[in-house]
Amino acid sequence: MCARADLLFKDFRGEEGDLIPLLQRAQATFGFVGPEAVGAIARFLRITENQIYGVASFYAQFRFTAPARHGIKVCLGTACHVKGGAILLDSLERDLGIAPGGKTPDDQFELDRVACLGCCALAPVLTVDEDVYSSMTVNKLKETLKRYD
Amino acid sequence: MTDFERLKEQSIREWTDLTGGTRAVITLGTASCGRAAGAMAVRRSIEEALAKHGVEARILEVGCIGSCYLEPMVDVTLPGGPRFSYGNVQPAWAERIVASHFLEGKPLASKVVGHFGRDAIEGIPGFFDLPMFAPQVRIVLKNCGFIDPENLHHSIANGGYAGLHKALQKPPGDVISEVEAAGLRGRGGAGFPTGRKWRFCSEAEGEMKYVICNADEGDPGAFMNRSLIEGDPHAVLEGMLIAGYAIGASRGYVYIRAEYPLAIERLKKAMAQMRAEGLLGEGILGSPFSFDIGIKEGAGAFVCGEETALIASIEGRRGMPRTRPPFPVQEGLHGRPTVINNVETLGTLPHILRNGAAWYRGFGTEANPGTKTFSLVGKIRRTGLIEVPLGMPLRKIIFDIGGGTLKPFRAVQTGGPSGGCLSEEFLDTPVGYESLAKAGSIMGSGGLIVMDTDTCVVDIARYFLDFIQKESCGKCTPCRVGTRHMVEILERITGGEGELRDLDKLQLLAQTVKKTSLCGLGQTAPNPVLTTLAYFRSEYLQHIQERYCSAVVCRPLLEYFIIPEKCTGCQRCVAACPTGAITGPRAEVHNLDASKCIKCRSCYEICRFEAIAGNAIQIRSGGGL
Repeated sequence: MCARADLLFKDFRGEEGDLIPLLQRAQATFGFVGPEAVGAIARFLRITENQIYGVASFYAQFRFTAPARHGIKVCLGTACHVKGGAILLDSLERDLGIAPGGKTPDDQFELDRVACLGCCALAPVLTVDEDVYSSMTVNKLKETLKRYD
Repeated sequence: MTDFERLKEQSIREWTDLTGGTRAVITLGTASCGRAAGAMAVRRSIEEALAKHGVEARILEVGCIGSCYLEPMVDVTLPGGPRFSYGNVQPAWAERIVASHFLEGKPLASKVVGHFGRDAIEGIPGFFDLPMFAPQVRIVLKNCGFIDPENLHHSIANGGYAGLHKALQKPPGDVISEVEAAGLRGRGGAGFPTGRKWRFCSEAEGEMKYVICNADEGDPGAFMNRSLIEGDPHAVLEGMLIAGYAIGASRGYVYIRAEYPLAIERLKKAMAQMRAEGLLGEGILGSPFSFDIGIKEGAGAFVCGEETALIASIEGRRGMPRTRPPFPVQEGLHGRPTVINNVETLGTLPHILRNGAAWYRGFGTEANPGTKTFSLVGKIRRTGLIEVPLGMPLRKIIFDIGGGTLKPFRAVQTGGPSGGCLSEEFLDTPVGYESLAKAGSIMGSGGLIVMDTDTCVVDIARYFLDFIQKESCGKCTPCRVGTRHMVEILERITGGEGELRDLDKLQLLAQTVKKTSLCGLGQTAPNPVLTTLAYFRSEYLQHIQERYCSAVVCRPLLEYFIIPEKCTGCQRCVAACPTGAITGPRAEVHNLDASKCIKCRSCYEICRFEAIAGNAIQIRSGGGL
């Protein structure tokens, strides 16, 4: 962590406006914003950890626990909504036994909703990690997830 | 010869070498939408096909031309010939397309959608004569889909930075006057005159001033800004330089959603190229004007599209709006005068400076000059990104450009979650800031969501309110508590548990939230509810009094059933049903137990899309009454 912590602060001067970019870099580096990263940022910016959590928890981007091996994101943008995105999410919740924001006990999958992935013409859409699956149906879900076992 | 003229000459040479008719060029749309549709797989198969036939072509990756429904798109230009365009290209077609052009010397007639040649070609329409493109006027999107967005020289060869070059020859006050005369209004949605905003900021006291490009495009279903940055990032960056010069700023920021990785990457590449050619940094194009730009990635908060919340976010705080005045043009970022302009506003500026205010006023109407981009999505035949002169009636946009809906038209939502849901009687409304506001909606940043009779407007109102409620920053009570209550009422109604007095409560809450919220997010949040209550009241009444959803969308009001005459007893639905609600032996009519059915749609899909079954499972609403 120490060596990587130095890298975390490269190119930053310790100004107030650095907080969000630092949190973004921490998350990109470690996969999440953990207590060690928050402690290091607090010392670097000379602000309290509470202040950092106050800002970080405001923004949807930041997560405070380690991610699962595969992340599923169901698009619930307007176009996906009218084409049944919520039904896909429901099915996944049922199949995986988790709610949006949660992860399976074996750390294999985590499930989240996303406001718009920006490929509205291909709705309904979901992503698993970096892969985009378009024109999804409830029945395609199972085989799709099998690829990530 | 000035630095800029030299740069321009060099750029034109490079561009002519590519497009002047000496090379074969294969153009591939690889913006986010094209990639999601599979453009990169198509690229690989084209490369394989080229190698297999031993022919050479330069592959040019471009931004989105706007016809998203045709993605992935591939265009082929042979030396001396016109550019032919193919849509919905499958990797398996690559071989035939390449063979047809390079070996037989003609386009693959069965797949070609249009050409970009000057002369008519028998049997193949001109691309811009296609119904989706003929009514459009492309100013800000002019280069999207034509130039390599990662190549500064392509931009310059196509008019890029000529507007800046012209602006730098004038005193800053004259640049502001030109924009005032053009009548350009903020394309982020509110429509404040851009020139006036600049005038206020240039007159504000302070040595240090800022320009911020607002690329925090948060409306679900809107992607105009992403497409423009991905397709022509230099237009936006040039606009920032012009704004900076006009108001006397030396520093700018692009505040862009972290969810747009490709757009961010292209901005960064564009800025590095600008720096290398003296278009960014000290003494731009040999003038005394210095300007630098930084990128700030948003962290996922819709409210940060609001000016004061955006500033708070750049300063490293929670993105909460504050009361105005003081306005950002007086006290903005770090307490200094700041102009915040939308991506599209900035992308339009170079064209105004290059061609003059009078030219720009030649498009649109007196009070709403120029063009506006819209993302056309929903239940429409031709989805995509379009640019039309302001004042065009909604009907023309939806039916001529968009090709209409599959089922009969029901409504159009303009302005995303902050806008209103307009019924058929408003279709002849010309798009403009005032005309849409009069109808109870807003222009917004440009999302147009079209709904047909398969879309439930009550559900849409609930969807937008739910979105806004989750994104409310919580600072002011009307927005924090009011939207929460509205969502609860709407959930009751779509859940079949609404009462008639809920409608009065909803109306009162909506009006209160609209009048008393602190910022634009709360002030516009009730629009979907107010407009649907006004124009689609009968739908609310059906949900409440008859537990009937005519669009067959609101799940608690639906029931699944089997039509015995159609059921072949194939057992596909029995296998698919997760709760064992469907039973029945092979080759006999199946039985669906409604008490076990969770309405997950698995059986419905299986019965429609698998060959052995045959549409025997149906969904209806209000069947019990």
